Formats: sequence, C-alpha cells, structure tokens
Amino acid sequence: MRRYSAFAIAREAARYHTGWERAWKSPKPKKKYDVVIVGAGGHGLATAYYLGKNFGITNVAIIEKGWLGGGNTGRNTTIIRSNYLQDPSAAIYEKARSLYETMSQDLNYNVMFSPRGVMMLAQTEHEVRGYERTAHANALQGVKTEFISPQRVKELVPIMNINGPRYPVLGALWQERAGTARHDAVAWGYARACSDMGMDIIQKCEVTGVRSENGVVKGVDTTLGQIDCDKLAMVVAGNAGHLADMAGFRLPMESVALQALVSEPIKPCIDVVVMANTVHGYMSQSDKGELVIGGGTDGFNNYTQRGSFHHVEETVRALVETFPIISRLKMLRQWGGIVDVTGDRSPIIGKTPLGNCFINCGWGTGGFKSIPGSGWAMAETVAKGEPGSLAAEFGLDRFTEGRFIDESVAAGVAH
Amino acid sequence: MLILECPYCGVMADETDLHGGGEAHLKRFGPGSSDDEFETYLFHRKNPKGVHFERWRHVSGCGKWFHAARNTMTLEVYGTYPAQTYEPPKELVAKIKKKHPEWGGYE
Repeated sequence: MRRYSAFAIAREAARYHTGWERAWKSPKPKKKYDVVIVGAGGHGLATAYYLGKNFGITNVAIIEKGWLGGGNTGRNTTIIRSNYLQDPSAAIYEKARSLYETMSQDLNYNVMFSPRGVMMLAQTEHEVRGYERTAHANALQGVKTEFISPQRVKELVPIMNINGPRYPVLGALWQERAGTARHDAVAWGYARACSDMGMDIIQKCEVTGVRSENGVVKGVDTTLGQIDCDKLAMVVAGNAGHLADMAGFRLPMESVALQALVSEPIKPCIDVVVMANTVHGYMSQSDKGELVIGGGTDGFNNYTQRGSFHHVEETVRALVETFPIISRLKMLRQWGGIVDVTGDRSPIIGKTPLGNCFINCGWGTGGFKSIPGSGWAMAETVAKGEPGSLAAEFGLDRFTEGRFIDESVAAGVAH
Repeated sequence: MLILECPYCGVMADETDLHGGGEAHLKRFGPGSSDDEFETYLFHRKNPKGVHFERWRHVSGCGKWFHAARNTMTLEVYGTYPAQTYEPPKELVAKIKKKHPEWGGYE
C-alpha cells in the first residue's frame, strides 16, 4: 500500500492522479479463515484491525451484508466523548477517545478527529447534581471533565440562550478533549489498513445461517456460499438479535430506531458539541457548515431505518428554544438507524454459549464514539478466547448475575 | 406516524398520544424461580423482524393499557385488543397468518 502524504499528493498531481490505488480490495471469499467477523462497520473493522496489529492474526474475513460502514457508522452524529458515570464504561470509552487522538497517524488516513469539546447542559437541579457527581466520578477514573458555570457556557457558546423561560441553563458538564470525527473516514481508514494486512473485506454478502456442531461454530452460510472459520465474531448493530437467533442463543436486547438530521450549511457559529438531555436534543456544526442534530429513540421495536416526524419536531423545538438564531434555518436531510438497546444501556462484549463464537453488540445509541476501544477489547477477547480487562465487565452473564453497568440514567436520551 | 386504535375508547390515537410498553404476554416468574428464569423474564425480549405483539398505553387519552399486533419491518398495524388476556385473539392471529403464510405464528 502506498502511504498517503503531502509528497504523494504532489507526485500524483504531476501525473494527473493516475497512480492512486484502490483503498481496499474486494476479493471473493476463501473457503476458510482463522477468524470470520460478521459486520464491516466501524466496530467490525476495528476488531479486525487490532486482531492484526496487536495479535498478528491476519487470516481474517470481514463480511458485510450491505456496504462498508453503511449502517450506523455512516448514520451517527459523530460525537466522541468519555464522560460516563460507571467505571467500566469510562474505561472503555476513554480508551476509545484516546485512540481517536492518534488514529489519523496510526491508520495513515485522515479521520478529521476534532477535539473541540463536548458540553452536556444541566437544565434542572437534578441534572446539576447528576453531572457534578459524574464530574467527581470522572476525576477518580482519570477522565478529565469539569462542571462549569452558566457564564462559562455562554462564553464557549455565545449563540446559546442561557435564560430560557422553561429550562434555563444552570451549568454544564464539560469535557474539553471530547469532540467529533469524520465517521465514514473511520470505517474507510480501518478498511484500508485491514486490506493492507491481507484481510478480506467482503461486501454485499449476507449471513443466512450459522453452522455449529456440539456447541462449536464451524462456519457461516452466506449469500456468497459457505465460509468456514476457527473463530466467529459477531459485530453487528441493530440485527445482533437476529444473528444470535441463527446461532441458537438469545440476547437481552431490543432494536429501536434512532434518528438525526442536518440543517442547510451556514457560516461557523458553534465550535463545540452541545447536548441538552432534558429537552432531548444535541447539536454540533460540521466542517461543511451544516448543523448536525440528533434526537431521541423511538419507543418501540423497529427495523425500518427511518425516522419519525414528531421526533424531529420535538428535537428542533427544543433546540430553537436553546439557540434562537437557528429558528429560520431549513433542515436539509433526516435519516434513521437501528440501534440495539440492552436493559442497562451498556454494550455486550464477550463469550457466547457457543465456545468459539464471540459477540460485540448492544452499543445502543453510543456506538460511534466507542469504535476503537470496542475493537481493541473485542480483538483481545477473540484472540485470547477470554475477555481482557476492558471487556471483562461487559459479558452476557452480567444479566444472569445482576451485575449491571447501569448507564441508563447517565445516557437516557442523547448519547 | 404510527396510529393505533384504542380498543377501549375507540379513538384512532397518534403515536404522540401513546406510550409503548414493550413485549406483550410476558410470562411472569416469582419467588423460587431460577436465575435463568429471572433473567429471561427481566431482560430477554422477543425482538423479531416481522410480526410483534406489544403493550401500549393510551396515556393522553383514556390512560388504559392495551395490546397491539404490529410489523417491525413495515410498521404495518394488524390490530389492537384489550389487555385482559394471556394471548392474542385467535381471529387476529388467523388474519396475520392469512396475510403472511410464512409467519411462524404466535408462540
């Protein structure tokens, strides 16, 4: 693989850009791999990348029913933060955030990580107490966050109305080193690096069955034929429960739609990410100038990757109250993705009832920010056969044992 | 927008007047049950791609709980029925089966 660099741009400019290689290959599946990963989204590709990088396992296929990064990796609002309340969550999300900081150099692919800062507004007394508690917890966890005053909020975001009649801003939880990244580039960068290590990324290949004998997975049946494997890693969102059904076990989760929208592009007006959980809305400005807006999940099981209008109305209404200057903006696009939500709003990483089959799912509304950390932890789990320290608490057995990582209060709506 | 007919007051209620309550006809487990039974009862939910029976509450109307049969792939609503039952009405199951012969039926 030729490296991307300023020199490469000059070289290609001199020869009319005829020398660029394809970023990744699209091979036919082989008969057998050491590891088959189902799902070529951010998490699946990151798992493959760290399997190769940290454990030297490169006989890997990543199979994807749609196109690379076409699920939730390409549908989120690109927010990266790690200000979680519970220790296991803070550990894995902080690992992810720190890996994002060096990802562009590591992958030789510009993922446009922008540590612009994320603030979560406290608009009720309960939220003030909750976020102060989170800030203290983060201090103990080694995650740098602080609880800031309304005046400091106004300094950071001059367009915000902090004295709204309904929900005045009483402060905010501020994580200065959180931010955003270009979501597609994360998938593309990992895909390019995986392909370079000799892994096969097989798109438009849907898993139709999981073959197992005596509690051991032999391989998967796909629309491109049978693929055998020594180890199987299920790294899908939304359809994780469906895939688990094929393998013969059940997951404690439900699939719901989460949606987002963007406005028409405008001049730069907000250079941090603002989340307002009480009124159900969060917003940042993309490099193109669009305001990227996220809302809540639908309250019912749903596999249609569509949003619903009343959520858009609710979200936009809340944001207009918080940011009066956006009241005349037109909204450009709106879309939905399917997230799988567990009972405690924390993901599942670890072993399954099938000995050589591992699962990574249930990231709910917080998948994008966790991609590198999730891949790191999942690769360790697959390579060693046992979860490492990052993944240990996230096993499926926590639901039997009642050992929850309860982020449902901390995550509530916006995530 | 999802619209369900409340079987008590007969109102065609918008999604915004309703509150989803998850899977219908859960089998409840009490004291003396095993860990696995409790796990299943508390956390495992049917999450089908297709026909789904669920609980809904007409919060901004009569306030009562009822059940609905709905398709999670198409958002089609097959019907609603009162909550005082352990399983969906036979006519409704037959109606869905007629429409989708490949559907495995209510279990």
